[in-house]
Amino acid sequence: MNAEVIETDAVIIGAGPCGLFAVFELGLLDIKCEVIDILDRPGGQCAELYPEKPIYDIPALPYVTGQELVDRLMEQIKPFKARFNFSQMVTELRKLDDGDFELRTDGGLNFRCKVVVIAAGGGSFQPKKPPIPGIESYEGKSVFYSVRKIEAFKGRDILIVGGGDSALDWTLNLHPVARTLTLLHRRDDFRAAPDSVNKMRTLVKEGKVSFKLGQVTGLVGTDGELSSVQVKGPEGGFSIDANTMLPFFGLTMKLGPVADWGINLNENLIPVDTEKFETSVRGLFAIGDINHYPGKLKLILSGFHEAALMAQEAFHIKNPGEKLLFQYTTSSTSLQKKLGVA
Amino acid sequence: MVKITYIQHNGTSQSFDAQPGMTVMETAVKNMVPGIDADCGGACACATCHVFVEPEWLEATGKRSDMEEDMLDFAFDVRDNSRLSCQIKVTEQLDGLVVRIPEKQF
Repeated sequence: MNAEVIETDAVIIGAGPCGLFAVFELGLLDIKCEVIDILDRPGGQCAELYPEKPIYDIPALPYVTGQELVDRLMEQIKPFKARFNFSQMVTELRKLDDGDFELRTDGGLNFRCKVVVIAAGGGSFQPKKPPIPGIESYEGKSVFYSVRKIEAFKGRDILIVGGGDSALDWTLNLHPVARTLTLLHRRDDFRAAPDSVNKMRTLVKEGKVSFKLGQVTGLVGTDGELSSVQVKGPEGGFSIDANTMLPFFGLTMKLGPVADWGINLNENLIPVDTEKFETSVRGLFAIGDINHYPGKLKLILSGFHEAALMAQEAFHIKNPGEKLLFQYTTSSTSLQKKLGVA
Repeated sequence: MVKITYIQHNGTSQSFDAQPGMTVMETAVKNMVPGIDADCGGACACATCHVFVEPEWLEATGKRSDMEEDMLDFAFDVRDNSRLSCQIKVTEQLDGLVVRIPEKQF
């Protein structure tokens, strides 16, 4: 255990797009931040689940991939020198009698701060792992729940399981590099973008992708290296040769320790007001997918807006009684100095 | 009152009184039946309340909706008698209903 206490103005829990932009908004108001995330890098879902997938609804960015968005946010917040604490899960969050917060992580880090911003998205968001006997021994070697680098799948015999957008998108994106690619789904209907489904069907017609109806019942292989997959189809059992399997059964949202912090929760979401995005606890804010208020939309752009309003109130908590002058980055020399451009 | 029986993968059976209007999932969660996770709280958005309806009850419980059919893509070991228990509303006609719970939701 590390007994040292890291003192800062604000701790942001979650390094997804909303947590990152919170660094920016707080930074403009001279509020120093420490960011904590369970992943080993910034980006949250954008980096973990869809780094190479396009996002089309970020204002002024007609097209940006999850990873590009994260990279740009990291560049944007660079002047504020926030400290990142990766691969850490906040296990304890306590409000002390003097109004400060104390946080502890599973990695033994301790923090003390005036403001806490929960930007934890869906909590610890994890891909669903199909309960196939023995699948654990293949995970990370020949069974993967996400694609970090397309090149890693070059020349592989890939079996993609599922019928949602992830299954379809990866079928389209991996077939050019795969040696063979089979898509397995329990029915001939897909809960995915019609355009992707059409493209997939064309590839099947051209013989570039194989589509099979059925569900996985067992895995065959040695030392974590898959050789074939047993399948139950409408006409009985069969086997598909594959040395790589990618099951896409969606995500499980596990809220994790957030539920133990004594915050009022409503169906695993944190209710906040829409003026400051503050929870029922003074100084404790929640922004992005994890919060809830009437009309809430789980969009990245909503989280950005929430971060800006949260920061205004965070200023008043850090500087009681001080007046906050509203300024624009375009015209304010003082803000530009903070950004390192003036 | 309507009686619903939940049978676990290992054969353990539990029966509870259910209120008409509630769902088979809600009745399970209220009584803390293991194996009905219901992550999304009944919004038909997670497929973690998957059950197998005993064949003699298939007609009474009705057909899957399109949304439920879609969501079952995210369940494991989907069979002809698979349902999401959040989508089965308890009615007087379901008195005696028996559902089986898969070994694992995920």
